[in-house]
Amino acid sequence: MRIRLLNSPGFYYFALMVLFLYLPIFLLVVFAFNDSVIMSFPLKGFTLKWFQALPQAGKLLESVRNSLVVGLFSALGATVMGTLAAIAITRHRIPGRDFFLAVGMMPLVIPYVVLGVALLILFHNIGIPLSLWTVGASHILVNIPYVMLIVAARLSEFDQNLEEASMDLGASYWGTLLRVTLPISAPALIAAFLACFTTSFDEFTLAFFLTSTDNTLPVYLYSQLRFVGRLPVVVALSALIMVVSILLLVISEWLRRYGQPKSYKRIV
Amino acid sequence: MESRTRAAFLIAPPAIWILVLFILPLGIMILFSFRAGSFGAESSVLTLDNYREYFSNAAFQRLLLQSSLLAFETAVLSVVLAYPLGYFLSFHAGPSKITLLTLLILPAWTSYLLRILSWRIMLGSNGPINSLLEMVGLAQADTPILLYSRTSVLITLVYVWIPFATLPIFSALERIDKRLLEASADLGSPGWMTFLRITLPLSMPGVIASFFFVFIPTLGEWVTPALVGGAQGVMYGNLIQDQFVRALNWPMGALMSLVMLVMVLVFSFLFTRMVRVTDISGL
Repeated sequence: MRIRLLNSPGFYYFALMVLFLYLPIFLLVVFAFNDSVIMSFPLKGFTLKWFQALPQAGKLLESVRNSLVVGLFSALGATVMGTLAAIAITRHRIPGRDFFLAVGMMPLVIPYVVLGVALLILFHNIGIPLSLWTVGASHILVNIPYVMLIVAARLSEFDQNLEEASMDLGASYWGTLLRVTLPISAPALIAAFLACFTTSFDEFTLAFFLTSTDNTLPVYLYSQLRFVGRLPVVVALSALIMVVSILLLVISEWLRRYGQPKSYKRIV
Repeated sequence: MESRTRAAFLIAPPAIWILVLFILPLGIMILFSFRAGSFGAESSVLTLDNYREYFSNAAFQRLLLQSSLLAFETAVLSVVLAYPLGYFLSFHAGPSKITLLTLLILPAWTSYLLRILSWRIMLGSNGPINSLLEMVGLAQADTPILLYSRTSVLITLVYVWIPFATLPIFSALERIDKRLLEASADLGSPGWMTFLRITLPLSMPGVIASFFFVFIPTLGEWVTPALVGGAQGVMYGNLIQDQFVRALNWPMGALMSLVMLVMVLVFSFLFTRMVRVTDISGL
């Protein structure tokens, strides 16, 4: 297998592209250890001082905490709502299903700058002050379609007879949902939750328009781009976050694959 | 409880959320585009002045056209660069294809802003690319020929989109019945002929999907141009953002957003006419 891969010219193109895609990330990790406030070449020497400065970077840590809270809250909200919608469209005949799907999928294509200003106008008009809550609410909205896609794919895969069997044996509809449908969909739910969290954690445009004084990490990062001196600490933390998020995604990918039909048959 | 009532209970929370935070704000945005002023007494007057001003301003139309062109170039380049990736993964990567695909997608999930920041360093005057160009005499020290230009926006956007562009192409290629390719070879077609007459046409839904996946969001892009574009690389999204953050002309900003929204919806509609959603997703 190895040898066959190396014989394919496509492999070298692939390897080159992977290099191209990882280069900027690698570069940032390098700068997190570079002994200079200005991030440019040539490198000035190795240092850990940006990492050592992290515990004192109050605003930065606060923005990370804000992003974590918004991410967890909105991922939970989007997972619940998207799952409800996915069950409704795969398990029930609902009037206007196609219309609901078309509208529900629209947040996938709408430019966030358009959605951001529309929500800004809405909140301004009905007198809701901008805060992390408004950011979270918008993140739930844009993540609902992702959850719907992931969970609906899982629901249409597994045998509906299992649900019917449960109800034949006396379980109520909601009992079946809770004890049969949701546990079988668990890998998809977790994968959807992690995808939502990652999206929210990194989302910039909506957060930029919809927050006031409390910053999320991307908004804080954007505000720091003009102040060269503070950037290396931000980059050091971000390098750490990149490593953590890659780990999270590997776990999520593993879970998603664990939820594929092959392993499902093994469970049953 | 009847199935219909249950369905209503299930669909209500997401439907209400979408109604209140998606349909309603877009409706209010349309209303806002008719307002005479952003705040105060002026804001209750409805007028067509914004529309007149917008459609008589050639600079606005030009920027929209330039942004569409840039989005188009970004999409075409991304698809062209992504196709061989999808092809390699589907046909030559064997059992490790999903692992390799994951490897390709991972960078797309790391901080967007930081990857752009990194490109700013790379394209900058002391960056590796400029240094290389200096060595071959194409650039002078301390004057980046790439950063703060339309080209730098294009490079950065293509970089951002390649992983996403690969996905639909890959799944379209995966759906091709490999026996068709064998049949073609058995009947004496050379490899390139099989590719041109079987593989490529059968993967077209993926190519079209990939094009629109890149083109549509890039139309509304404003962060990348703001960070690496400079004056030459400004896009329509920056104009919208400017109306709300600096110019504080919300009605005009709402109108600009509306124009963008209509464009995006038209292209999305075209896309759904050209590709069945079921061809590229699990639904």
